Amino acid sequence: MAEYKGVMVYGEVSETKLAGITTELLGCGRKLADDLGQELYAVLVGSDISSLAQEAITFGADKVCVIDDPLLKDYQTDSYVSVIEKVVKQVMPQILLLGQTSIGRDLAPRLAFRLETAASMGCVMLDIDPKSKLLLQTKPVYGGNAQATFVSKSCPQIATVRAKAMSPLEPDASRQGEIVTIKAELEPSAIRTKVLEKVPEEVVGIKLEDAEVVVAGGRGIGSAEGFQQLEELAKMLKGAVGASRPPCDNGWVPDSLQVGLTGKIVTPDLYIAVALSGSSQHMSGCSGSKNIIAINKDPEANIFKEARFGIVGDWKKTLPAFAEKVKELLAG
Amino acid sequence: MNIIVCIKQVIDPEAPPASFKIDTASNSVVPPPGMPPVISPFDENAVEAALRIKDAQGGKITAISLGINLQRDVVKKPLSMGADELILLEDEAFVGGDSWSTAYALAMAIKKIGDYDLILCGRQAADWDAGQVGSGIAEILGLPSVTLAKKIDSANGKARVERVTDDGYEVIDVSLPALITVSNEIGQPRYPTIKGIMAAKSKQPIIWKPTDIGVDPSQVGAAGRRTEMLKLFQPVREGKCEIVEGESPEEAAVNLALKLREAKIL
Repeated sequence: MAEYKGVMVYGEVSETKLAGITTELLGCGRKLADDLGQELYAVLVGSDISSLAQEAITFGADKVCVIDDPLLKDYQTDSYVSVIEKVVKQVMPQILLLGQTSIGRDLAPRLAFRLETAASMGCVMLDIDPKSKLLLQTKPVYGGNAQATFVSKSCPQIATVRAKAMSPLEPDASRQGEIVTIKAELEPSAIRTKVLEKVPEEVVGIKLEDAEVVVAGGRGIGSAEGFQQLEELAKMLKGAVGASRPPCDNGWVPDSLQVGLTGKIVTPDLYIAVALSGSSQHMSGCSGSKNIIAINKDPEANIFKEARFGIVGDWKKTLPAFAEKVKELLAG
Repeated sequence: MNIIVCIKQVIDPEAPPASFKIDTASNSVVPPPGMPPVISPFDENAVEAALRIKDAQGGKITAISLGINLQRDVVKKPLSMGADELILLEDEAFVGGDSWSTAYALAMAIKKIGDYDLILCGRQAADWDAGQVGSGIAEILGLPSVTLAKKIDSANGKARVERVTDDGYEVIDVSLPALITVSNEIGQPRYPTIKGIMAAKSKQPIIWKPTDIGVDPSQVGAAGRRTEMLKLFQPVREGKCEIVEGESPEEAAVNLALKLREAKIL
């Protein structure tokens, strides 16, 4: 263990800049590194990404390892696990952080098994235990009904972190850091998958994750037509429509609107939950909202335990009247 | 096409949140009374994915589960849905594992089965929500893996997978044999038919102990863990909801809008 030192962040890249989750990880990693009195490394992997190393430094990294290779253009399990394994073996960090994203969810476990260490997935809190100096990894379990804190003695201690659980530092252009280039040295035949196509979701209006107002519907909405009413209200409030899992599974709305443990994480100012029971797995995607408003006919629904204001009543009767009044108030 | 599907018996995640209780002394969850366990929902999606492949091109589906006190009517569900065989790693030694020791035991069992083209797992289990066992099995067996599948087709020794990403999906070809984890976007699992239920009744699961799969009890279950759980707790919710009322539902709705304006939320 003594030979492992430092905190490392795997930094995802989005288009031509660091992904939001990367700046959050650097913010969190900086704090952990300072607590340990050690250095913070960032690892950037991709094709044509070298120019982003400086940005990682401004967000808190001391050293940035860059692996830039045309073979790394798309995320692929085999190639990414292999190059990050190489960097980890070279740097030997005590802690490795990744985002709980579609990449991190794939990469972290496979890498942990490759390195014969352990990972905790989807952490919302990370601390250094003052006595043991081990990483305390706290994450939602049982669909968000509970949380658990794990430790692992094998290094690197790997954790993925949920989006919006950590805060980025203010970028500081005067920060100094070191950039190290590492060769990928990949064997193309060792990559056993091929990415044929990337199909981006269709976003009409405001992106769900970025919206300041979210109007979300649950099982009780009952149909795709019902969701059109939610859409009208969302449009009026310059917000986006979200959903719990049943409406997605039933095909009333696209899967990309799912908010929850396995869907999107949103933290709007206003979250209007309509005919939605508020299961724990759904709440773990929206509990960071500033104000949750509930409309549900079941007074015992869990959503009322999470909401600030609510009305008990059938959404079909209440929502049109609510929307009408909102329209009037916004106009006046 | 020989398909292996890993399934886990869990406390019903659809149980109302109010019934969720933790026994702090043992750091474990108390099963809600009167609610039988279920197959973890994403694992049912994986069974469904396997059945669709079998429907299209034939083959054999083997379901495999691990634990103790596995309720036969629960773990036999894949059989009643249309799977062909059920293997249970059922022994005290398998209990209390983490992703590491569970993946190891399953990988060794799959090695013993030997003849497979595709291994399917749910994207994550409804209890620990880790989502590591699938990738772990693939790594131990040296297989390629694709996670978070919403569609799987297979032809000519390859699988074509639509993989859910944060902003849409991607289409990936992977050579077989491979491991694929399945997400709910694949679609609702089918209901067992009466015929299926009858067939499942007469089928007996194959039970394997650690020695049957050539592992030492110290490598599996709680003994084989790489992580330690320090604490299991329910986060305190301070939320207090103000119920806005009115003479009619419509009036309550109007009052809610006024309330939001008053609280400067609107």
